[in-house]
Amino acid sequence: MTDKPNKDIDVHSGVETTGHEWDGIKELNNPLPRWWLYVWYATIAFSILWWILMPAWPALPGFQGNTQGYWKQSDRAQVAEEVGELQSARIENAQKLLNASLVDIEKTPELQQFALAMGESSFGDNCATCHGSGGTGSVGYPALADDVWLWGGSLDEIQETIAFGIRSTHDDTRYSEMPAFGRDGFISEEEIDDLVQKVLALSGKEFDPAAAARAEENFEMQCSSCHALDGKGDRLQGAPNLTDNEWLYGSSPAAIRETIYSARNSIMPHWNERLDEATIKALAVYVHTLGGGE
Amino acid sequence: MALFDKHSFLEKHSSVLTVGILIVVAIGGLIEIAPLFYLKNTIEKVEGMRPYTPLELAGQKLYIREGCYVCHSQMVRPLRDEVERYGHYSLAAESMYDHPHQWGSKRTGPDLARLGGKYADTWHMDHMKDPRSVVPESVMPPYAFMIDRPLEYKNISDDMKALKLVGVPYTDKMIEVAEADLIAQSDPDSDWEDMVARYEELAGREGSVNVRAFDGDPSKVTEMDALIAYMQMLGTLVDFDKYEAEDLHNRR
Repeated sequence: MTDKPNKDIDVHSGVETTGHEWDGIKELNNPLPRWWLYVWYATIAFSILWWILMPAWPALPGFQGNTQGYWKQSDRAQVAEEVGELQSARIENAQKLLNASLVDIEKTPELQQFALAMGESSFGDNCATCHGSGGTGSVGYPALADDVWLWGGSLDEIQETIAFGIRSTHDDTRYSEMPAFGRDGFISEEEIDDLVQKVLALSGKEFDPAAAARAEENFEMQCSSCHALDGKGDRLQGAPNLTDNEWLYGSSPAAIRETIYSARNSIMPHWNERLDEATIKALAVYVHTLGGGE
Repeated sequence: MALFDKHSFLEKHSSVLTVGILIVVAIGGLIEIAPLFYLKNTIEKVEGMRPYTPLELAGQKLYIREGCYVCHSQMVRPLRDEVERYGHYSLAAESMYDHPHQWGSKRTGPDLARLGGKYADTWHMDHMKDPRSVVPESVMPPYAFMIDRPLEYKNISDDMKALKLVGVPYTDKMIEVAEADLIAQSDPDSDWEDMVARYEELAGREGSVNVRAFDGDPSKVTEMDALIAYMQMLGTLVDFDKYEAEDLHNRR
């Protein structure tokens, strides 16, 4: 428009118009504000610079990856680096945990402190979901803060349980399976009712002596191979002690009946693929110190 | 600037102007859309990925139906804190058979991208029944009704056909026996070996298909079976031992 021979200049403002006219109204052709224009040019220059510095363009078909940019910026490389830094900050202590036996870790104040801090944070995310924060447990999920242990409460036994789980999908898992005596028809409904009284008797609760007496034979034949003749259980098979009045699934006759009828066989996942060895050792020490470690 | 003077021609001929607008918009569209057709080179090369089994697919549909994505993401971002808590950051390859993907954008609850295998089936049952029975501070609503509801799966092979159309590599055999496969996966006493073999062949490795009564009852397939089957495989497919994060192709 500038090369038009006849510039139309607005008489009031002295500014060139676009030459468009609507009912006598003309549009002024003011230039863009300089500051705005220069910022705009700067953003264009910046975008070109950014293409050069940063990964910007995907590869053409048939080629691999994308342009890496002068800075070779990569979120993935960066997070790997940051995790690496974190690990190297921990490695000294983690290595000490790996080298020391669990007993020594617990005895050495410095190692113990580190293990407990590491164990606590890992416990919060991974274990507390089932066992409750602080290991208080709930129905179906054993309390870890007491001194009742199904599979053993020594440091090594706890470590093994964490690493391989209970009835987990790992080949080395702790495993046992209580039969579903009622559901699978091993014994009759009446016999189960009697056995409930026998279990109540073992744990020192109120019971029906006649029914408990009737259940003696079945207890010996069906139950004692795991829970032992005196009902004190067998840790090698994770068979709970029936005489201690501690209950994982409740102590009501109905809950006990359900346990005998359908069995429970709850599962704990294995953690050796999700957590590293140092973390598992730290967790073992943490759980051991929660209350009833042996 | 003689070209600008010709602009009045466009302004006075609306059909020419329309064609002109179409051309300009097409250029913009081409630049934005065309790269999407070459997305293959943004998907990492990994080992172990396979499409969902019919039961898992039904589970994903329930996950969508119940709006789980509103509160749970499935995307571990490449940030140190997230990798520390959840595990390896999510890869594009891990959602390549998701239609639609479940990355989400809101975490009222935790990220679920690596939930598979973290907790026991029974925990999921207790948690879905009454979240506060196991996590006292949880604000998640209960989903107890899914325990009794039989799974609706008569459309499952059609679902798989549709997914096949958009590039999920289901075989004809998988689609043909989808219903039988779905039932087999939730019953450990059934003949599930063929089903497992079909999907593990695509995965290229063993041990990626769980077969069990996910809700504890093998006699019927409930919605809970499907949902737990889905949750228990989330993030478990890719073999990270063989994943080369430093490969130029995999850097982002």
